[in-house]
Amino acid sequence: MELPAQCDSSASLSFFKWKQDTYSHSKRVLKFLHPTLYFGLAGPTTVNGSVLEAEQLFVDKANFFMSSQLAATPLLAWHQAHGARMAEFANYQMPIQYAGIVSEHNATRTAVGVFDISHMGRLRFDGPRADQLLDHLLTRRVVDMQTGQVRYSLICNVEGGILDDVLVSCLESPSGKNYFLLVVNSSNRAKIVHWLQPHLADFPDVEFHDVTDATAMIAIQGPKAIELCKPLLPASALTLGYYRAKVTDQMSKPCMVSRTGYTGEDGWELVVKAEDAARVWESIMMAGREFGVQPVGLGARDTLRLEAAMPLYGHELDETVDPYQAGLGFACNLKDRIFVGSEALIQKSKDSMIQKRVGLILDGRRAARQGAEIFDTDSRLVGQVTSGSFSPTLDKPIAMAYVNPSVAIVGTALDVDIRGTKVSSVIVQLPFYKRPQSL
Amino acid sequence: MSITPEKLKYCNSHEWAYVADVSTGIATIGISAFAVEELTDLVFMALPKVGQTVTAGGEFGEVESVKAVSPMYSPVSGTVVDIHSALVDKLETLTVDPYNEGWIIKVKMSDPTELDRLLDWETYKKQCSH
Repeated sequence: MELPAQCDSSASLSFFKWKQDTYSHSKRVLKFLHPTLYFGLAGPTTVNGSVLEAEQLFVDKANFFMSSQLAATPLLAWHQAHGARMAEFANYQMPIQYAGIVSEHNATRTAVGVFDISHMGRLRFDGPRADQLLDHLLTRRVVDMQTGQVRYSLICNVEGGILDDVLVSCLESPSGKNYFLLVVNSSNRAKIVHWLQPHLADFPDVEFHDVTDATAMIAIQGPKAIELCKPLLPASALTLGYYRAKVTDQMSKPCMVSRTGYTGEDGWELVVKAEDAARVWESIMMAGREFGVQPVGLGARDTLRLEAAMPLYGHELDETVDPYQAGLGFACNLKDRIFVGSEALIQKSKDSMIQKRVGLILDGRRAARQGAEIFDTDSRLVGQVTSGSFSPTLDKPIAMAYVNPSVAIVGTALDVDIRGTKVSSVIVQLPFYKRPQSL
Repeated sequence: MSITPEKLKYCNSHEWAYVADVSTGIATIGISAFAVEELTDLVFMALPKVGQTVTAGGEFGEVESVKAVSPMYSPVSGTVVDIHSALVDKLETLTVDPYNEGWIIKVKMSDPTELDRLLDWETYKKQCSH
């Protein structure tokens, strides 16, 4: 049998695993299984996940691996000291799991989980016209953002394909200056920074800094997240509403706090200086002890976001997918705005023939993985799974998928091909999990 | 009689084989405690059918955890004579007792000399510690 990827502290070729692909192909292909793909965290549209001739791929990957140094977050030493299983994700050495995916998942749903998400890209824009630059690039309106506001947005290419999904925050520095922070996917950071260049040239007065390496990002998520942070954050931060952010201080060190997350739970995301990361992380773990806090790796981060039906770039989103297909029309403000991709998006917003993103609950215990084909009851191919996992909260296999509009109706029965076996499933309302609303 | 890991023969790929009585030519097959620990959070196991033939190094089933699917390879060639179908509904047994209650299939061996090519406990243990 082949075991999930793991690595010890010394970066070695064992990061990468071979796996005989047993998907629906009658002819076996050797698939180079990137550990992050193994854990369902990277998409097949990326170079990492593509199925290529094994021999050639081995050479390419070996060269790639030897010639590139993996990036580390400022918390790497903590993860290693606390028994995390590490694997490469978006060129970072990241914790995949500590106690186990289900244990970490449940801790986040019932108490509180802490995540090192320092691999996420953090891009800062200063200057009086920073809002106009971002308004030109983001599908969501930026020029009307108030200080302290956070918005989910997409960045599209001219054709309306999705380059990334991002959070943009309008912040005020301690010296009273407004600036914007754009949090991008780690796998897309280099692409987005490159994409920005010509636009930055059009706005010479906007100062741009990639502050990813200089900072760390920590998420605290779960029903006890707010309480956990009471002794750690100033009162003015603790009263922030959902999707609000503030530059404040934590133990007299600068800290950006936002009431956001990627788990379906209430909670915080903190950005601190890289040199403060270990101290902040330790203080969170200490304060969380009485609540049963657990460190959570990328494995459970993926099952949590899937239950909450949050899209993941490389799975539900890529450059061939447009926002309407993805069910993210709310993140496109088309009225009275011109931005990169807006013309194409006006057309796409009217197209009712495109495939739609839906949620499936499957019979049995086996999960459908990305790429599994979906058939209607007459055995016609009607779509494909984009993300799938066993859901710890529902105790059932769940999946997100793109299916033809004719079948994209809640209650429709569909068959999913799981490595050659057709498994019954039904389309359900998304999200799979919604947190109980506090009174 | 309790089977302890020292009495078993192992594949590099973490399956074990045990022959209780050489005269029967039947090998019991399972997966190691190390493998179970590495997989974590098991949710599903697919077993072969009784009567199916298996080959040494060939896939006889698969085990699935929350985030990963792992094929299981047979340590020996032969015919499946018994499957532990009750295990599928209580995979947690594998965490508690992978070598007795956690057995997976029994195979009537076509070539018992294949057992000699498997690893002994000491060698297997060393491999896992790398």
